[in-house]
Amino acid sequence: MTLVSRNGRRDSLVLRARLVDPVGGVDGPAVVTVEDGVITAVEHGATAPASLVLAPAFVDPHVHLRTPGREDEETIASGTEAAAAGGYCAIVAMPNTDPVVDTASVLHALVERARDEAVVPTGFTAAISKGQRGEELAEMAELAEAGALAFTDDGRPVASAGLLRRALAYSAVADRPLALHCEEPTLSCGGHMHEGAVSARLGLAGWPSIAESVMVERDLALAAFEDRPIHLQHLSARASVEAVRRARAAGVAASAEASPHHLCATDERVRSLDPNVKMNPPLRAEDDRRALVEGLLDGTIDCIATDHAPHARHEKDTTFEEAPFGVTGLETAFGALNTYLVRTGEAPLEVVLERLSAGPARALGLPVPRIAVGEPANLVLLDLEAEWVVTEDGFRSRSVNSWLLGERLTGTVVKTVAAGSVVYAA
Amino acid sequence: MRAEHPRRHLLGVDDLTRDDAYRILDTARALERSLDREVKKLPTLRGRLVLNLFYESSTRTLSSFELAAKRLSADTMTLRASGSSVDKGESLRDTASTLAAYDPDVIVIRHPHIGAPHLVAAATQALVVNAGDGKHQHPTQALLDLFTIREALGRLEDVRVAIVGDVLHSRVARSLVEGLRLVGASPLVVAPPTLVPRGIEGMGCEVSHRIDAIGDADVVYVLRMQQERMDAAYVPSLREYTSLYGITPERVRPGQVVMHPGPMNRGVEIDPRVADSGASLITTQVRAGLVVRMAVLYDLLTAPGLHVAQPVLEVA
Repeated sequence: MTLVSRNGRRDSLVLRARLVDPVGGVDGPAVVTVEDGVITAVEHGATAPASLVLAPAFVDPHVHLRTPGREDEETIASGTEAAAAGGYCAIVAMPNTDPVVDTASVLHALVERARDEAVVPTGFTAAISKGQRGEELAEMAELAEAGALAFTDDGRPVASAGLLRRALAYSAVADRPLALHCEEPTLSCGGHMHEGAVSARLGLAGWPSIAESVMVERDLALAAFEDRPIHLQHLSARASVEAVRRARAAGVAASAEASPHHLCATDERVRSLDPNVKMNPPLRAEDDRRALVEGLLDGTIDCIATDHAPHARHEKDTTFEEAPFGVTGLETAFGALNTYLVRTGEAPLEVVLERLSAGPARALGLPVPRIAVGEPANLVLLDLEAEWVVTEDGFRSRSVNSWLLGERLTGTVVKTVAAGSVVYAA
Repeated sequence: MRAEHPRRHLLGVDDLTRDDAYRILDTARALERSLDREVKKLPTLRGRLVLNLFYESSTRTLSSFELAAKRLSADTMTLRASGSSVDKGESLRDTASTLAAYDPDVIVIRHPHIGAPHLVAAATQALVVNAGDGKHQHPTQALLDLFTIREALGRLEDVRVAIVGDVLHSRVARSLVEGLRLVGASPLVVAPPTLVPRGIEGMGCEVSHRIDAIGDADVVYVLRMQQERMDAAYVPSLREYTSLYGITPERVRPGQVVMHPGPMNRGVEIDPRVADSGASLITTQVRAGLVVRMAVLYDLLTAPGLHVAQPVLEVA
């Protein structure tokens, strides 16, 4: 039991589209038949509408569901509705809630709630340290037994190298990877945006890229020393991508995420002083963005993660410095990636689709969604040509703090099938 | 009146064209002459409401905005963060909406956070003047400094200005660099590497970490050095800062003028012998602050381009 959802229907349907299954190396028109939630036929060569693509549904390894504690910002129900609308068949929730998910009892309660509410199968992570205070280890074995997919203090780094070393060693007992938020706090301290030409002009305190990459290097070195797998969250800087590439080549078991906003946007957007472009890590320079895309292309970045971070409207409706870090992303991920990477020719569609689905599933040890006879139906139907404008009233999420508000995107999710159940239809 | 012309603000130096800057400086010059009259009050802005909203303590900026509005016969109202509903946790947007009910023509705002004036501009119908937002902008300070330089040297173009000190934490420095670039002058930043923001060259200034670089400057512009910078290890001590970067009589070349936005730490960033010397324009800057702020209020509220005639500026 790693993913939980309310008992969905098992639907039957027939989908006719261009089938793109990067894992199977398939790209061509096909008709896919689903009966009682299981794929029963894949007929290649049939004619299909040109702009419709059928792909394995997406897996998001990094979502903040704000439950328990801030249900005004998101609930398991609203967050998974948003995920369904974004084309996801599985999401993984972060444990930096109130209370923090650092005991089996908190996790049990969440799992029960997800059984009642989750529209899309949902997995949970638990904290590395008690209260995410970075001092004592959480009870990792018991948390793993209760269903924790991985351990993370996301939202803050494990500042102490000594504690991280112990956590890495002990994670072997729990047999789960650590997911790490890389930020050296004495280098990022007080920073609100990427340190560079734009922060110099605006006078906003900088959160330099070295604050991330120095921690990525440290964490990779510790993972190598303890011979344990790690998952690096929301990378933003060129030096971080290069560090992961080198470590992988040297045999370190590290997976790595990048978010749609870091792949598509730069610190130039902060000139607007819009609190909806404030996130942690911050949007970086164009050179960093290009390095992330290169990493996506060669597989160094094997996951696209939204880091969906809902915030109450009144908390973002203030000055840039006072506003909290974080933006929503579940419902705009595909539109943003298709608009900024695929249509511009920066990344092929099949690479983006692989990093949205199989990549994150492998990184967190979840079943890889496949389009093949006998597989459970985890499908997303996309329209590559459909245009839409991102507006506040278009979200299923309880929060509207999108970095894309008011923008016109090309590419929509038409239908999502998760674990055999149609969870979204436009 | 508002419906007849596009609403304008002064949120940053980049709101201004070169022509705007020179027009404001010319207006300030005309207004300065009016201050020599026995009756110093002009009727220009009678019936207008200028609201000063100050979330940070300020002596010269607030007093000069208040006096500028009064000299132009506007009604003024000043709200400070302490002792107001801000103390009770009211959001800036709510405060702005509340004050908007009084229908102010201009809101002058100082705030510790970058972008606060932009938020007030979005939340009200008033014209907004940024009197300092965090470490971002202080455009009227830049204008008064340009005015002071122009009156002292007779020109702005190709004037070399060395800005010395804590540029990293200074909205004055950011605005002045932009302002100098706007009018064709050449800014140079002189500071220890830890107090220069990475990427500042992108604003069009040169950077040096050696104090002797000020030798070529026409103007030495000294920034305030604050004790709290020691705590975060930006420099080892004020003593070392003073010995490396303090503006002493020996470091000022004959013919150079010296400026400081105030308040000064005498004996730290500037030697008292320099501050009180004939080369110092520091008190001139304070007087310039009054006339430039009068000019800014006048310029915003009389919408140049639509009201070409400026009869109120006739000086007896």
